[in-house]
This record gives sequence, structure tokens and C-alpha cells, in this order.
Amino acid sequence: MQVEEGEVFGFLGPNGAGKSTTIKLLMGIIFPTAGSARILGKPVSDVPMHRDIGYLPEQPYFYDYLTAAEALDYFARFHGFTATERKERVHKMLKKVGLETAGKIQLRKYSKGMLQRVGLAQAILHDPKLVILDEPMSGLDPVGRREVRDIILELKNDGKTILFSTHILSDAEMLCDRVGVIAGGKLRGVGAPGSIVGVQSVGMEIVFEIAEGRQLAETIRAKVAKSGANYRITVSEAELYETLEQLRATGAKVISVTQVKPTLEDFFMELVGKDRAQAAAIEVSGK
Amino acid sequence: MSRVLIVARNTFREAVRDRVLYNLVFFALLLIASAVVVGQISMDIESVVMVSLGLSAISLIGLLIAVFTGVGLVSKEIDKRTLHAVLAKPLRRWEFLLGKFAGLVLTLTVNTAAMAAGLFLAILYLKHSLVRGDAVVLAAVYLILLKLALVVALAMLFSCFTSPLLAILFTGGLYVAGLFVAQLRNLQTTQFNPQTQKLFTVLSYLLPNFENYDVMGAAAHGRAIPASLVLHDTLYTILYCGIVLSAAAAIFSRKDLK
Repeated sequence: MQVEEGEVFGFLGPNGAGKSTTIKLLMGIIFPTAGSARILGKPVSDVPMHRDIGYLPEQPYFYDYLTAAEALDYFARFHGFTATERKERVHKMLKKVGLETAGKIQLRKYSKGMLQRVGLAQAILHDPKLVILDEPMSGLDPVGRREVRDIILELKNDGKTILFSTHILSDAEMLCDRVGVIAGGKLRGVGAPGSIVGVQSVGMEIVFEIAEGRQLAETIRAKVAKSGANYRITVSEAELYETLEQLRATGAKVISVTQVKPTLEDFFMELVGKDRAQAAAIEVSGK
Repeated sequence: MSRVLIVARNTFREAVRDRVLYNLVFFALLLIASAVVVGQISMDIESVVMVSLGLSAISLIGLLIAVFTGVGLVSKEIDKRTLHAVLAKPLRRWEFLLGKFAGLVLTLTVNTAAMAAGLFLAILYLKHSLVRGDAVVLAAVYLILLKLALVVALAMLFSCFTSPLLAILFTGGLYVAGLFVAQLRNLQTTQFNPQTQKLFTVLSYLLPNFENYDVMGAAAHGRAIPASLVLHDTLYTILYCGIVLSAAAAIFSRKDLK
């Protein structure tokens, strides 16, 4: 697997797939039993290379006796900034992650979401070329997730390379140039979110409404699902016109017709399903 | 080196913000104060009793901090996963380890200095003046500090490859064993065969010699402590800590963190 310069790369997989393990290997927190990895052309054991990397650990923990500003100042010191530079950067980062007013509060009083923001701030405060984020959205409320998404996009616009792991597929679809899907410790596919799942349409979804008392045709009634005041039905492309004709005949008002493509979630579920089936087969055969 | 100092400074800051240390120092000062009372009821040997008790209190409190905090220095960071973000910075693992060591030794220096100041105040209260001979108490405090540095290094080494509880037991065990190094070396008995005797002798040189640092008797009686002993102990501590910390760094550098 290779992450190209300047791209946002999503590392996807279900819980326990090996996403965090891979990232910890890259960061030198654990060591590989076999194989090798390189970051910015250098082996992962090269510590000075860390000047150009920012890392947000999964569910980050920091020294809880420090305030957010002190913690960021501590991390900034390792990059050799002067006192003035550190002060400026810390202030800028706290503002960027929405903790400007909470900078002087000890981290032991921080919520999980606030710690996540501190984690993000320490990962980017030294302006790294590559940012590695392990589950950056975890623990955040919808507003926080939106802000993190905006920060990732901002970093991308600044020309940074971003590798982030997630099991939230919508985030990956929204942000990533490419994704890599890992399941059961093995890489199952790498590519653009659209291409990796295939471009073949799996059907057409028709959303319609119908006046009370009107009867739907038998063939439609069997497949239809009600959501709110509307009804929706998914049919194959070949059946589309015939279904529309039947709906028109019963006096239904068609609201939308959309092509349904497989989503990352479908791809994901298929992989996980295969994995579980394989695990069950191994268990049954006793191998 | 500057990265080592960054970690050391933060370790010191952690200790300063940890109220447990204040309690321990307060406890030591209380012990010294009680030494004044005990001294007053010990006819003619007030200052001997007081210096002995005072130095013992400094040593005991220092040992408690050195062992318990020393073991937690690295293991706590691994458990709480605070290390993950730190090691992502351009910081080598040995630099982190050395910084932690330096930070705790600095903390112990400040604590010991505070307790020693309390002891000198007690001496002043009892004798109404300080004489040049009281400087031996200062030398004794310095040797206690050297001993504590060695204990911290040992605690850190053990915490790098075993659980905190075992590390505390190993450090405590090694400390006690280190108090009897001379006896082990001079063990002349017919109970053991020559090979076992030789093993004991080798062991007596390998074990940290904590007996070297004990000058409490001399200090209490105002006897001079030879400068050569202070120099010897200083060099011994630097060398022994160097070896122990190198071993700890070698283990820690290959350790998979959770």
C-alpha cells in the first residue's frame, strides 16, 4: 500500500481489523515481526523524520496535570521553536480546534471530545508534511466532526498528505481521494472510494407519494417501503419504465428517481461477511 | 540533550503538581520535629539522636518516592498511553528515559534539600548555632541523594520489563541485598564450597553497594566524612546509573507499547 504525496488517504476497516496496529507500526510504537514500511522515503525507525509527521493517536491521552496550552507548548518544544514562536503557534492551534477559551483549563477536566481536539492540535502545530490521524472523528459530536472534516480539507488545500483511519464510511467517502480497506489484518482493496466498490448500478430507487384510498399494483405493493409520507421502491433498470407506468396508472406522484450504486458500506459489509464466514469455516473444520 | 531536558522539566512539573509529594515532605518535617522532642528527652546525646532520626527520615521518605515514583515513571506513561503522542515527536526512546530519570532526580534533590533545611533548622533550634562540623550532615544528605538516584535507575530498569508491583519488589529486594554487600564479600565459612564462596564474591561486586552511602553514624557523632569517600560514591553512582540506565534504554527501545 502506498500513500501518494498531497492526497487524503482513508484507511478503512471494521473494529479489530488492524488499522491502529498498522499506524502504531508506522509511528514506531510497536515493531513489525516481518516486512518494512517507509515514510517520506525513510524507514519508520528514523526518528528525525518525525519532524515532518503529525500523529493523532486513537483516543488520545495527555498529561492531565497540564493545561491545553501547556501541553501544546510541551510538544512544540521538541520541534525547537523559540518561546515567541511557541506562544504564537499554541494560540493559533487552540483557536483552530475551538479551544481558545479552554486553553488554561487542566486537561483532567476535559471531555473526550475536547481531548480529541487537543490531540489534533498537537498533531499539526509544527506544520508537518504528513499527518497521520487514528480515528480522528471518534468521540466527537456532529459539530466537532464537521470541524475536524474542515481541518482535514484545509490541510489538504495546504498541500499536506493525510492518512487517517476510520470506520465511519461517510467520512471517508466525503474526504478521501483514495481509500485502503483492511479486514482481518489483510489489505482487501485500494483505490478511489467510487472505483473500489465498483461502478455498476445495483438498481433504481423511485420515491413517490400516493393519495389515500388509491390501490398500488400487486407487484409494486410487495416491494414498496413507506418512509414518512412517501413511499420508496428499488427496481432493476430493466423494470424502471414498466414500474413508472404502473405508478402513473394508479395516480401516484413520482418525486424522484435515483440510480443506486453500491456504497463503501456495501463493500465493507461484504468483506466483513466473507471474513466471518471464513472464520466460521475454519472453526468448523478445526484448522 | 535539549530534548532530555524538555522531558526532565515536565517530569519535575508533574511532581510539583502532585500533592502526594508535599504530604511526604510534610511527614518528613514532622519526623524531624519529633526528633527535636526525642532529642530533648535523650540526655547529653540530643544532637546525636536528632541527626540520626532526621537523616533516617530523609532517607526513608526519599526511598519511598524513588521506588514508587521511579517504577511509575515509564509504566504509567505506557498504561495511560500518554507516550504515544510524545514518541511521535522527534524524540528517541532513550532520550525520553533519561529525561524521566533526570526529572525525578531533580525532584528528589529539591525534596531532599527541603527536608535537609528542616533538619538544619532543628539543629539550630537545639544548639542555637551552627558550627563547621555540622557540614558532615550536609555530606550525609548528599550521599543519601546519590543513593536515591541509583534506586531510581534500578526502579526504572525493572519497570521496563516487568509489572509495577514486581518492579517495586525487585527494587526493594535489591536495595536490601545491597545493604549487606560487605558481609557477602567477607563471608568466610566452611558451610559453602569454594565455588559457592566465589559466586558470593562475584555477586557482591555486581550488586549495588548501598552500604557505601551509609554515613549516618559518623554524621550523627560529628565525625568527618572523608572527601575520598564522597568522590568514590559520586563516581560509583554515575557509573552504576550509567550501566543500569543503558540496560533500561536497550530494553525500552525494543519494547512494544500497547
